[in-house]
Amino acid sequence: MRKVAVIGVGMVKVDHHWKESLRSLFTKAAINALEDAGNPDVEALYVGNMSAGQFNKQENLAPMLADALGLGSKPSLRVEEGCSSGAAALYMALKDVASGMHDFVLVGGVEKMMDTTTSDATFIISTVTDQEYEAFTGLSLAGINAMVMRLYMKKFGVKRESFAKFVVQMHENASKNPYAQFPFKISLDKALNSAPVAEPIHLMDCAPIGDGAAALIICPAEKAKEFTSDQVDIVGAWKANDTFLFHMRKDFLSLKATIEASRNAYDMANITPEDVDVAEVHDSFSIAGILAIEDLGFVRKGEGWMAVEEGLISLDGEIPINPSGGLKARGHPIGATGIYQAAEIVLQLRGDAGKRQVPDARIGLSHNTSGFGTSAIVHVFKAK
Amino acid sequence: MLPSNLWREIPQRYRLEAVFCPKCSTTYFPPRELCTECGSRELEKKKLPTKGKLVTYTVIHTPPKGFELYTPYIVGLVRLEDGTHITAQITDADPNKLDLDVDVEAVIRKVKENGREGPIYYGYKFRPILNANGAPERKC
Amino acid sequence: MLFLENRAASSGRKILMMIPKSRVGIEGWGCYIPQYRIKTENIASVWDAPTDRFKEDLMIQEKAVAGPDEDTITLSTEAAINAIKRAGINPSEIGAVLCGSESHPYAVKPTGCTVAEVIGATPYTLAADLEFACKAGTEAVQMCIALVASGMIKYGLAIGADVAQSAPGDDLEYAAASGAAALIIGPLNSSSAASIEATVSYVTDTPDFWRRAEQPYPKHGGPFTGLSYFHHVTSAAEHLMSELGLKPSDFDYVIFHQPNGKFPLRAASQLGFTKEQVSKGLLVPYIGNTYSASSLLGLTAVLDEATPGQQILLVSYGSGAGSDAMYIIVQDGVDEKRDAAPKVWDYIKRKQYIDYACYAKWRRMIIGLETK
Repeated sequence: MRKVAVIGVGMVKVDHHWKESLRSLFTKAAINALEDAGNPDVEALYVGNMSAGQFNKQENLAPMLADALGLGSKPSLRVEEGCSSGAAALYMALKDVASGMHDFVLVGGVEKMMDTTTSDATFIISTVTDQEYEAFTGLSLAGINAMVMRLYMKKFGVKRESFAKFVVQMHENASKNPYAQFPFKISLDKALNSAPVAEPIHLMDCAPIGDGAAALIICPAEKAKEFTSDQVDIVGAWKANDTFLFHMRKDFLSLKATIEASRNAYDMANITPEDVDVAEVHDSFSIAGILAIEDLGFVRKGEGWMAVEEGLISLDGEIPINPSGGLKARGHPIGATGIYQAAEIVLQLRGDAGKRQVPDARIGLSHNTSGFGTSAIVHVFKAK
Repeated sequence: MLPSNLWREIPQRYRLEAVFCPKCSTTYFPPRELCTECGSRELEKKKLPTKGKLVTYTVIHTPPKGFELYTPYIVGLVRLEDGTHITAQITDADPNKLDLDVDVEAVIRKVKENGREGPIYYGYKFRPILNANGAPERKC
Repeated sequence: MLFLENRAASSGRKILMMIPKSRVGIEGWGCYIPQYRIKTENIASVWDAPTDRFKEDLMIQEKAVAGPDEDTITLSTEAAINAIKRAGINPSEIGAVLCGSESHPYAVKPTGCTVAEVIGATPYTLAADLEFACKAGTEAVQMCIALVASGMIKYGLAIGADVAQSAPGDDLEYAAASGAAALIIGPLNSSSAASIEATVSYVTDTPDFWRRAEQPYPKHGGPFTGLSYFHHVTSAAEHLMSELGLKPSDFDYVIFHQPNGKFPLRAASQLGFTKEQVSKGLLVPYIGNTYSASSLLGLTAVLDEATPGQQILLVSYGSGAGSDAMYIIVQDGVDEKRDAAPKVWDYIKRKQYIDYACYAKWRRMIIGLETK
């Protein structure tokens, strides 16, 4: 298997893009990535999208978007993996290049959520859970996370304030990110006192709904220097699953999928969690972000909230988490998120992250999950 | 959608019918075709116990479509007397007075309706074990 | 115990009292009352009505309200499961599931199907829905008696249940309540809780209270409705007692259909019963009028306490109109069965008060909720 590098990154600001369609969002992100990469000839396209069928009544995205990009007869594939569709698309594109099948591949993620109502969107998101035994009970994805948050708070004696502090940090980071949906700081008071969504989760604990698209250009590592001097190599990638039904889990407070995906990705990359300088984790809800810090191996189980309290996750802390603002403040256009995460890590490792730069970032990871940890995908990146 | 998918789940939703692997003693609810612990394909029918304890819960204020009339409602994770876990709404309970580990029992309730013209979906929910309690005034 | 002969049959007269050819028993009884209550004064304050008329005169303090996830089907399943627990039988031996109500959730698709499926009586069972305003429950009992006594089925499940409708601001709103009661009828045996010896149905075409198909709320004739109640109830009761050669003092309990607290007391007094005989079965002050469940819930309250040998007269009433009177004798099996399921007062004591806004929302009285 060949080593693979990222040579181009393109993003659209996450927003309510009333004037943009799914097609135009994706195309814009792709053009940004192509320009960033120096316009190589793309040989294949991978698209990550969770639910255009439900949000937009549009299936068959792969040929639609290949056509929009003028790729002619070049092959394209749409990858769906719930909330981790973006990372899944990258995972498949990676295999394509690593196997030698193609050299220059464009991989992007897109989700156009704003043509639906909140209650419709909440239902569509709940389709990542078990329809007949979870969604059927009126349990939204927020609901599963909330049940876990309550159990976590009870077991480790944690108050909602700690979760609110995580949210404040996300906004602090996003205020420096031109691509973020919410590029502004918020006070702890605001983070704590928002409307309840699924108690104990409140509005400020949740990633928002929005439209967005992001894209990467990847190629074999040894060809990258023809296009760029600051390539970033993908040195580890793994996808792991856990039980599909939440009630079948052996441990309700750990995401086995995250643990397995990360440990295997670390092994591939020949690193330990301590070597990671920056991470983009899946904070669909503040509790998910806290659990990710633990399950990725940065701190022990039950200490994720302490890492937040002690400021370890800030840009200049020991384990900078979500410099982009994370799903919470950068936004979570579902199928695009995994690519936004990867794009942010690439920018960080190039030293191109502007005001939100993590100092001396050499090794970074992106962590994207589907449902409540039904699966997790971890990619490890290294600066050349 | 046709009502066939609602009808198909009736043995589970009305009677909590599960399957059991006699080789490794694992219970599956909902039932599945093979034991995913030991690989056996000889699974037997089993009815779940109707009593258990509340492991954790949430109070839903932002419902998915179809549940607007019922908010706020409680969804919880219950550990039944045989160790099987199940996700279900917790009904007849005050969200402000619900403790973890409380004893709960299964009841049949309306889970949702398909508008005013569509079929009504009935299914299991759990409530704190029946006992007399003097409860305060309640908002909807 | 006595075996009644149908004197009318032997003398060639028309059979006016129904006696089963073989004796039947109540093998199990069960009930269910939702936990929510709304007080009379909460309703009265919304409509600027005087409370004393309903509280003191009609003796309704508060009424039981079904929660948003409850309906006649769910109420029926819990009452049925409780009855089955007391009967101690395998539900697959139930050959008929008859559900009487004026608030079946579907106009077409029987409540009985869902109840039968939940309890596990399907597929070899008769299932049917009955409607006769508030006496549909006792009719279900009568039909189960016939099916059992004829040998066509082993056990019959008879249910009376309602989530009663009433127009906003109407007098009925103070009483129209939610509840369910169920009886398992089987061949009389040594562990039966009670026997049902004889029954009379007195039925006429009387437009005292009705609900047209596809209308949400019933309409009534005010005092004319009351007149109809007393005529049918006293006719059925008097006739049963005369055919049996019994008088009011022969009975330990008399249970009437309870549209309010005043009517059963007046009917009792008209017939010659005392207040003490009525009181055990009188639940309406605490839970309101549970319509098809009303008299049967009174019966479950009595069976929760009665002792073997005691005699019960049950008189239901359904507008339209008719009254079913039943002669019930408590048997030896009653004591053992009593604690196998929650008693009616276990449900009555369990309560949470709601206000009128909550009530209106849950009863879908708010425009715009049709789409939800």
